[in-house]
Amino acid sequence: MDAVNVLLDALRTSVGPQAIVFALAGVGLNLQFGYAGLLNFGQVAFMLAGAYGASMTVDAGGPLWLGIVLGMLAALVIAMLFGLPALRLRADYLAIVTISVGEIIRLVVRSSTFEPITNGVFGYRDFAGWFYDINPIPGGRYGFGGFTFSERRLWVIVVGWGLVAVASLLVFWLMRSPWGRVLEGVREDEDAVRSMGKNVFMYKLQALAIGGVMAAVAGSLRAMDTEAVRPDFFFTIITFTIYAAVILGGAGTILGPALGAMALWFVVSFSEGILRLGIDSGVVEFLSLEDLAAIRFMIVGLVLILLVVFRPQGLLGRREAGLIDD
Amino acid sequence: MTEVLNAIPTVPGVPKPDPILVVDGLHRAFGGLDAVAVEHLEVQRGCITSLIGPNGAGKTTFFNCLTGFDRPQGGTWSFDGKPLHGRFAYQIARRGLVRTFQLTKALARLTVTDNMLLAARDNPGERLYASLIPAIWRDTEARNRDRARELLDRFELSHMAGELAGTLSGGQRKLLEMARALMTDPSAILLDEPMAGVNPRLAQSLASHIQELRDNGLTVILIEHDMDVVMGISDWVVCMAEGRVISEGPPATVRADPAVIDAYLGARHAPQETSSRPDPGEPLGI
Repeated sequence: MDAVNVLLDALRTSVGPQAIVFALAGVGLNLQFGYAGLLNFGQVAFMLAGAYGASMTVDAGGPLWLGIVLGMLAALVIAMLFGLPALRLRADYLAIVTISVGEIIRLVVRSSTFEPITNGVFGYRDFAGWFYDINPIPGGRYGFGGFTFSERRLWVIVVGWGLVAVASLLVFWLMRSPWGRVLEGVREDEDAVRSMGKNVFMYKLQALAIGGVMAAVAGSLRAMDTEAVRPDFFFTIITFTIYAAVILGGAGTILGPALGAMALWFVVSFSEGILRLGIDSGVVEFLSLEDLAAIRFMIVGLVLILLVVFRPQGLLGRREAGLIDD
Repeated sequence: MTEVLNAIPTVPGVPKPDPILVVDGLHRAFGGLDAVAVEHLEVQRGCITSLIGPNGAGKTTFFNCLTGFDRPQGGTWSFDGKPLHGRFAYQIARRGLVRTFQLTKALARLTVTDNMLLAARDNPGERLYASLIPAIWRDTEARNRDRARELLDRFELSHMAGELAGTLSGGQRKLLEMARALMTDPSAILLDEPMAGVNPRLAQSLASHIQELRDNGLTVILIEHDMDVVMGISDWVVCMAEGRVISEGPPATVRADPAVIDAYLGARHAPQETSSRPDPGEPLGI
C-alpha cells in the first residue's frame, strides 16, 4: 500500500455510503440547527427510526419500500415527541431533552423486554434484497484506475447522492421563500419574531419534522447499504459526528452538509491510511495499529478546532456572518 | 383628537373617552414581590401615552404581560374591544398591539431588508406548503418590498438596506426596530425605551418620528426615562411606582404631582426640576 492508494482510498470513502448517510442526515440537521437554530442532539434517533422502519417491516413480511415510508412516519412521531414538550423551552433545554429521548429510544429498542418486537441487541440482517434487485446497473466494476466501485456499491452511491441532492434542493427551495426567512429569524431571535406575529413554535416543529424525516431516510439507506441493523450503532456519538460534518462544511449553507460529510470522511480515511502506512513501514514507532481507530477521530477533532479558530463559518459560510456576534 | 384629554380628571385609573387598551386588575408577582399590580388603566386611542417611573417600578414587566411575553397571575385586558389575556405573544401582535424591546433585537444575520420583510403580515409564502410555490407569494412579496423601501427611507436606513442587520450601529438598530414594528401594520405600538443609549440628535429625530406616527392615527405607548422627551411629546403621562399606577394626567400635571416627585426622589425632597438630562444642544456633563 502506497501513498497513492491511501489517497484513492480516502477519495472512495469521501463519496461512499458512510459519507452519504452523514450528508443526508446533515442536510436535515442543517435545516434544524443551521437555519432554525434548534440544538437537536437527537438526530440519531430519527436515523434509528428509518433503519428499524425498513428492517422490521421486511421482517414482518412487508415490502421494503413500505418500511422506508413507515420509518419516515415514525420520524414524524418522534418529532412530536421531542417537539411538543421541548420546543417551548430554551435552546439548551431542547438539547438536553433531545439527547435523552434519543438515548431512551435506543435503550428501549435494545432492551430484552422489547426483544420480541425489535430483536433486541441482535437487530436484523439481510432485509434489503429488494433494493439490490431493482439495481439497473449491470454487474462489473466501474471507475478508472484504482478508483472503482462494484455495481452494488455504485447503486448505493447513485441513489444516495441522488437523495442528498433532492434534500439539498428542497432546503434551498424552502430557504429562499418567506417561510425560510421566518426560520432564519427564529434562529436569530425568537422573541423578536414572536413580536412580529409569527407562531414560532410551529416553525420550529416543522423544521424539526422535515430534518427528522431526512435523517430517517439516511437511516434506511445505511441499513440497506450494510444489510445489518443493530441498536448499538445508534449512539449519540453519531449525532455529534453529523454536527461535525455540518459545521465543517458550513452551518446555514445549502451545500455545506454534503461537502462537510465528504471532507470529514476524507480526513478520517486519509489520516488512518497515512498513519497505517507509517506504522507498517516503521516510520511511526510510538503508535500501534490498534490505536488507529481512535487517533483518526482525534485528528478530525483537531481539524475542527483549527476550523473554528480560523474559519468559524465553515468551508462554505459567509465570512461576515461568522464575525457577527449577535 | 388629543384635546379631549384635557377635560378629564387626573386620578389614577380614570376612564378615557375612546380607550383602545383597557387593563383590569393585572397582577404579576415574582416570589413575594408584587412587580405589577395595576388596578385599572385605560389608554386613549390615537395619543402618545408615556409610562414613567423609577427603576424597578414594573414598567417593562407591565409591557411584557400586556404583549404576552410574560404571564401575569391575574387580570384581564382588552385591546380594541377584544380580550387579550391568555393569548400567545404572536396572537397579540397579530391583533395589532406590537412592541419593541428595551435591548434591541435586530436579526443580526439577516439583511436590513429581510428584517423588514419578515415583519409584514399575512404573507402566504410563510406557510410551509405555499412556500414551495413562488407564484402564490411573489406579488405579496413585491408589495412588501415597496413598503419596506418606503419605511427604510423614512427612517434614513435606505443606504443599509442590503447590509446584515448585525453591522448596524446601536442607534440604527433602534431605528430599524421601530421601522420593523411599523411594517407589521399595527394599530398601537409599545416602545420600550426607544431613546436609551441614543445620541441627542437621533433622540430628537426619533421623537419627531413618534409624533408623526401619532399624527397618522397610531396609538403610541412609550416607556422612557428621558424626561425632556417625555414632557415634550406626550399627550398623557402615566407614572408607576412599585408596580402601581400612582399618577396620571397631562405632562405638566404629572410632573408637578407630589406623589410622582416622592416616587423619584423620596418623600422628604421638596419639588424641584425633574429633568434628568441637559438640553440636547449642550454637551453632556459626564
